[in-house]
Amino acid sequence: MTQSKPVVTGNPWRRLSAWTDARIGLGRAGVSLPTQEMLAFQLAHAQARDAVHLPLDTAALLKALEELTLRRNALLPHEPVHLQSQAGDRVTYLQRPDLGRRLSQSSCQVLDRLGHTGDSPVDLAIVVADGLSSYGVQENAVGFIEALLTDLEGDDQTWELAPLTVVSQGRVAIGDDVGHRLNARCVVVLIGERPGLSSPDSLGLYLTWQPRSGLTDASRNCISNIRPAGLPVEEASRRLMYLLGEARRQQVSGVPLKDRSEETVIDQGIGNFLLR
Amino acid sequence: MYRYSLGNRRWQFSTLAELMAKATPARSGDRLAGVIADTAEERVVAQMALAELPLKTFLSEAVIPYEQDEVTRLILDDHDVGAFEPVAHLTVGDFRNWLLSDHATQEILASVQAGITPEMAAAVSKIMRNQDLILVAAKCRVQTAFRNTIGLPGRMSTRLQPNHPTDDITGIAASILDGLLYGSGDAVIGINPATDNVAQSVRLLQLMDEVIRKYEIPTQSCVLTHVTNTLEAIEQKAPVDLVFQSIGGTEATNRSFGFDLATLAEARDAALSLNRGTVGNNVMYFETGQGSALSANAHHGVDQQTCEARAYAVARKFQPLLVNTVVGFIGPEYLFDGKEITRAGLEDHFCGKLLGLPMGCDICYTNHAEADQNDMDNLLTLLGVASCNFIMGIPGSDDIMLNYQTTSFHDALYLRRVLDKRPAPEFEQWLTRMQIFQDGEGKVPADKLPESFRASLASLPGGGS
Repeated sequence: MTQSKPVVTGNPWRRLSAWTDARIGLGRAGVSLPTQEMLAFQLAHAQARDAVHLPLDTAALLKALEELTLRRNALLPHEPVHLQSQAGDRVTYLQRPDLGRRLSQSSCQVLDRLGHTGDSPVDLAIVVADGLSSYGVQENAVGFIEALLTDLEGDDQTWELAPLTVVSQGRVAIGDDVGHRLNARCVVVLIGERPGLSSPDSLGLYLTWQPRSGLTDASRNCISNIRPAGLPVEEASRRLMYLLGEARRQQVSGVPLKDRSEETVIDQGIGNFLLR
Repeated sequence: MYRYSLGNRRWQFSTLAELMAKATPARSGDRLAGVIADTAEERVVAQMALAELPLKTFLSEAVIPYEQDEVTRLILDDHDVGAFEPVAHLTVGDFRNWLLSDHATQEILASVQAGITPEMAAAVSKIMRNQDLILVAAKCRVQTAFRNTIGLPGRMSTRLQPNHPTDDITGIAASILDGLLYGSGDAVIGINPATDNVAQSVRLLQLMDEVIRKYEIPTQSCVLTHVTNTLEAIEQKAPVDLVFQSIGGTEATNRSFGFDLATLAEARDAALSLNRGTVGNNVMYFETGQGSALSANAHHGVDQQTCEARAYAVARKFQPLLVNTVVGFIGPEYLFDGKEITRAGLEDHFCGKLLGLPMGCDICYTNHAEADQNDMDNLLTLLGVASCNFIMGIPGSDDIMLNYQTTSFHDALYLRRVLDKRPAPEFEQWLTRMQIFQDGEGKVPADKLPESFRASLASLPGGGS
């Protein structure tokens, strides 16, 4: 009997997946995905679909932030504040990004009552918004803020902070209005990024100098993929500190503010093995 | 004012932009912008009114004022009256007939390109069915070159997209290897950097340049960073093949992206001065996508498909190697589901090709859109039939950096087999020479690991196999 060729051809380079989450070396049936790989993808997509609709547990997040303000009272003398966009629910949020960028009327009143308007401006407002992955916020926001507070305390210049805010059904641009109403020189928005198949827990970060309504992405700097398996919170905070320092020094953010932080790339891998 | 009577009912549309918007097949972004037709009937009436409009109207009436917008000025100032002459007497409806007719051969279509404005292309697309968009696009041929030739008949290229969430060198190299061994990467090896700064761009450019040189791959590389970063990388003597930029169809959109037309001209000149192409010198790589103008609140009340077509005027000015409409990336606020994504992909490909652009498509969706792999299979097949120049290639359809799904290396091979498509000729010869493919047409991958890559894998911890 002659031995026939197997139906599925495996790929010997599959073991490279030890160094990446990318779906490499999947093998092939003819030139198509083998059944097992096809179904594994379908499962990941089903889970990501479910993650989009999981609501942020704001009560738990606010409680954790409250505990943080107690621990870090010198930098954070105020209690965290819960705000709401004009998108009342998830379905509206997904279809009406304009509403997710605007504060509800009652939230505007809450901020204006905080009485920062007219005083001398604070240096920084930190805004947490659920975005498209409440999971990313729930898992990473508190840890990131804690790392940032440590870096701010250790910085050469002093940083006066506005109260922490948490926005439900919020988009990135809502931070500009929040920052403006809190009379902050700079705003940093932490927001859940759209969930990927391999990373349903990504947190994104956007910095704007002199925040006010109507700004576009050209005025913002972004650091993305903050999560344990991506950019760790300490490293993200270090990069943000560079941007904050430069924004404050140059009084600018966005396209004119280039991220020139030293790349201390910790290659977890073995470099470019293709050159060997 | 544009009027139309149907039976004893009279309809009116106050501006050209309103007529165009209401004639557009339904999609969520136009609903979000408040420019969509109120009823299904109003949409068809608008299409009927649009069909009666002379093409010449678009030369005398701008959807965004000439004084306010440099893209409008580009469109009207660069319009070629001589090239327009053969279709100058037509209405939009007649133009559809003409495009579908046997008068409009590949050569004739190429000769009228410079006479067609984006708004004319958008208008006629609005009264075309999907099969019309496919048929006419398949007649258009747009060929470009840098280190290989893209857009030849019977060919379909792929961008190898080895993104990694932390730009990890090993991770990126692993995806490049996977892609090359599945025959991907003749359009470009293009990385979206996770860290968007000059230092990182230079590092990634060097990585790709070294791989391309070591294996003598007839292809080009690109880091998809802001045009001003690439300009700085060129100043630092980094190995830049292609300049990337996301572009939109209004001046305000492009300003929100942080550039204007002068920036692009400067960057193109800088890339040309490096003289790195071997068989051609198309040095620009543009990405577009319906909804970007509205997203930047820079749409001037114009529907998103017309804004998209206007972006092609920006692209056309700079003779790109590749133009990629990233059709499903923007999300369900602009293209709600598989049906809207499919329609938009076919419209973009058609409009781009009609205007003379080397159109490719990032056939994709996000996890918050009402779409799945089956929708992508459908659009992939349709665009293959329409002779799309290139598609994306990514391991297992999963972009672990940008968090969306696009076409996989396997998907491209599926299309090559069912539609008898081949990669760019120079790249195809390389695949055969390197024993990556068993056949000479890039359809049958080798069963064993090709000799040239064995040493690299053997160097890994655990050795080769």
